[in-house]
Amino acid sequence: MPELDPLLLSRIQFAFTISFHILFPSFTIGLAAWLVVLEALWLKTGKDIYFRIAQHWTKIFAVSFGMGVVSGVVLSYEFGTNWSELSRRGGNVIGPLMAYEVLTAFFLEAGFLGIMLFGAKRVPKWVHFFAACMVAFGTLLSAFWILSANSFMQTPAGYTVDANGILHVADWWQAIINPSFPYRFAHMVAAAYLTTAFIVAGIGAWYILRDRSVAEGRIMLGMALSLLIWLAPLQILLGDMHGLNALKYQPAKIAALEAHWETGKDVPLILFAFPDPKAEMNHFELAVPHLGSLILTHEWDGEIKGLKSFPPEDRPNPIIPFFAFRIMVGIGLIMVAVGVVGAVLWLTGRLYTSRWFLRILTWVSPLGFLAVLAGWFTAEVGRQPWTVYGILRTADAVSPVPGGSVLASLILFVLVYGVVFGAGLYYIAKLVQRGPDQTPVQGEANLSHRPLAASGTP
Amino acid sequence: MTVGSATAVTAILPVILPLVWAAILALAVFLYVLLGGYDLGLGALFPIAPSDKDRDAMMGSVSPFWDGNETWLVMGGGGLLAAFPLAYAVMLPALYIPVILMLIGLILRGVAFEFRFKSERSRWMWDTAFAGGSLLAALMQGVIIGAFVQGFTVTDNKFSGGAFDWLTLFSMTTAVAVLSGYVLLSAGWLIMKGDEALREWAYGIARYALIAVGIFIAIFSLWTPVLHPEIAARWFTPAHIVMLSPVPLMTAAAIGGLWITLDRRYRYLPFLLAIAIFILCYTGLAVSLFPFIIPPHINIWQAAAAPESQLFMLYGAVPIIPIIIAYTAYSYYVFWDATEHDTYH
Repeated sequence: MPELDPLLLSRIQFAFTISFHILFPSFTIGLAAWLVVLEALWLKTGKDIYFRIAQHWTKIFAVSFGMGVVSGVVLSYEFGTNWSELSRRGGNVIGPLMAYEVLTAFFLEAGFLGIMLFGAKRVPKWVHFFAACMVAFGTLLSAFWILSANSFMQTPAGYTVDANGILHVADWWQAIINPSFPYRFAHMVAAAYLTTAFIVAGIGAWYILRDRSVAEGRIMLGMALSLLIWLAPLQILLGDMHGLNALKYQPAKIAALEAHWETGKDVPLILFAFPDPKAEMNHFELAVPHLGSLILTHEWDGEIKGLKSFPPEDRPNPIIPFFAFRIMVGIGLIMVAVGVVGAVLWLTGRLYTSRWFLRILTWVSPLGFLAVLAGWFTAEVGRQPWTVYGILRTADAVSPVPGGSVLASLILFVLVYGVVFGAGLYYIAKLVQRGPDQTPVQGEANLSHRPLAASGTP
Repeated sequence: MTVGSATAVTAILPVILPLVWAAILALAVFLYVLLGGYDLGLGALFPIAPSDKDRDAMMGSVSPFWDGNETWLVMGGGGLLAAFPLAYAVMLPALYIPVILMLIGLILRGVAFEFRFKSERSRWMWDTAFAGGSLLAALMQGVIIGAFVQGFTVTDNKFSGGAFDWLTLFSMTTAVAVLSGYVLLSAGWLIMKGDEALREWAYGIARYALIAVGIFIAIFSLWTPVLHPEIAARWFTPAHIVMLSPVPLMTAAAIGGLWITLDRRYRYLPFLLAIAIFILCYTGLAVSLFPFIIPPHINIWQAAAAPESQLFMLYGAVPIIPIIIAYTAYSYYVFWDATEHDTYH
């Protein structure tokens, strides 16, 4: 039997657990903000329909948030169970950033979540609205700190390394607002809002198509569309700026995600290829001349470094970043197209009656999640072979644990997450199906007391 | 400030900061043990609860809080990484299996809060997940405390032992001890929050749990000094006996007092006295281990993060922690009578 490699298994486990986790924040960051807007509209206009929609989506929020919490706790411990050398050597920097996430974000969310979910009848309206604001603000703070920690690992700044290889912070501002952080933060928050907008638009369209809760469905679709029409193109721009930043600080990552092997001046844009790290070339390449240079340097013949200009031990394997990047960009373009078509239909007054477009909206509804995953795969696999770019190799960051332990835990996570995810999706689908038109107070009460009613208990 | 005194402050920070952070983390872990304790204990009591209605009430009494309770555990883990990275880096690989099992348990019981009330036919499944997950998490936390007291093999600042070093008779016993402590806490919680029938049932549970807790405290008061001669020296040196004797004496008093309050059917005192017992045991443990954070190799100063990192976090922690405690208290106030599962809105 071959030796089980704790490094590879730990990487797979981390990739699996964090991919699972990121789906929920991607959704709840946007949803929390939207719920605030809905409650504000309700408080301002007094129209009950906004409250009904908010009530309905709060239940979906609760399930997603719960899954985000439990899968997030796992990550805070995996830094030790699987990446203890990263913790030991990088703890002075990433530790405080994560501690601030707990102190400012997690407690804020947890403290006000109860009031947001269960408190509408117990506290004044403004307290409930305030609680919703705090939860939404908490999700953004959480993103701020954890993306700062991740960005430090991508583009470290404001640090020194001592004789024992331990990182120390020389300048907190530089370490926190490190070179890639502003771009990553803007790109991720926009991604989260887009992901939510597409889900909301898709479900709103579905209600209209099904001729159920049509009034609510129209508000959902209208609100979502009015966000994504401008945010989808803006996201492309943010992504482009993020890419230029990576070109400056992580040129090997850009070479990998573009599958450029040779350094050159008028680099083509490779539309499709199969990168072959062994032969250091691409198979089945389909490329547009000059376009690569133009996109990356915004010049017709800008120079781009190829993978071969980096020593083999410092290169990321291009296969995953190359394809993941293309999936992300492809989805981004689809999102822009949906926004443009939606805007045209809306302006010409046909939005709610064009069934073909409503159907498309239901199909593309989950694409945001796929784009988020693809984007993170691009960023994280593209950072390899480093955990902290240029400072700590992934091979040196791993914990001294046997491969067998990691394999066992990986299998457990796959099984448990499979069940939890399946059940979560099922219950969310049930909530969506029940729709917002049913009075939720009654619906929920009936549901939770049904077994008692059945057994004849009063 | 003169240059001289500035230097003095710089010199004293590496001594003071680890003490401050050890105190903050001790508080976070203690709050978790308390809040997570009654919370996990409820799960462990779930299968033997008298009726389905009581199960609804038990879960309803904690659903607005479980997320906040668990956040103290994240604070404990994240805080350890931030303030004592070396301790975090040694402890978690050493405790790989129990930590992963604890996390799995927490996932299963955590999602049960959301899923249970949405399910109909599959409710038994989430009841099982809630009870099994809580039980697993509580037992693994007990194992972790036991293995921590036992100590880890460390070479060159890295854990160098085996995958099953944590699995000993000692840690198995601490597992059951912690579980019985959690059950005592949650029985105290139900005595405060339950209706009359549930309360009566909880008084009975609390008695059994109290007997178990008393026996375990006696066992560990003897076993731990036998395991570590330096702990024995600390407690049983003549000079220390008088100074430290209040801890065991007050523990005995709290146990006796709790028994009486259960007998006389007090509503709030049992929970408060159960907390007192936890505080005293925790103090006893701190006295035994201080200043080691990886007993008996690494102390808090050796494991500490750089002073600038600990200081940077302190600027946030000092104002924020009281605010957290304040709004947590507000949330408990708002939901104090929430034994029925509250509907959303």
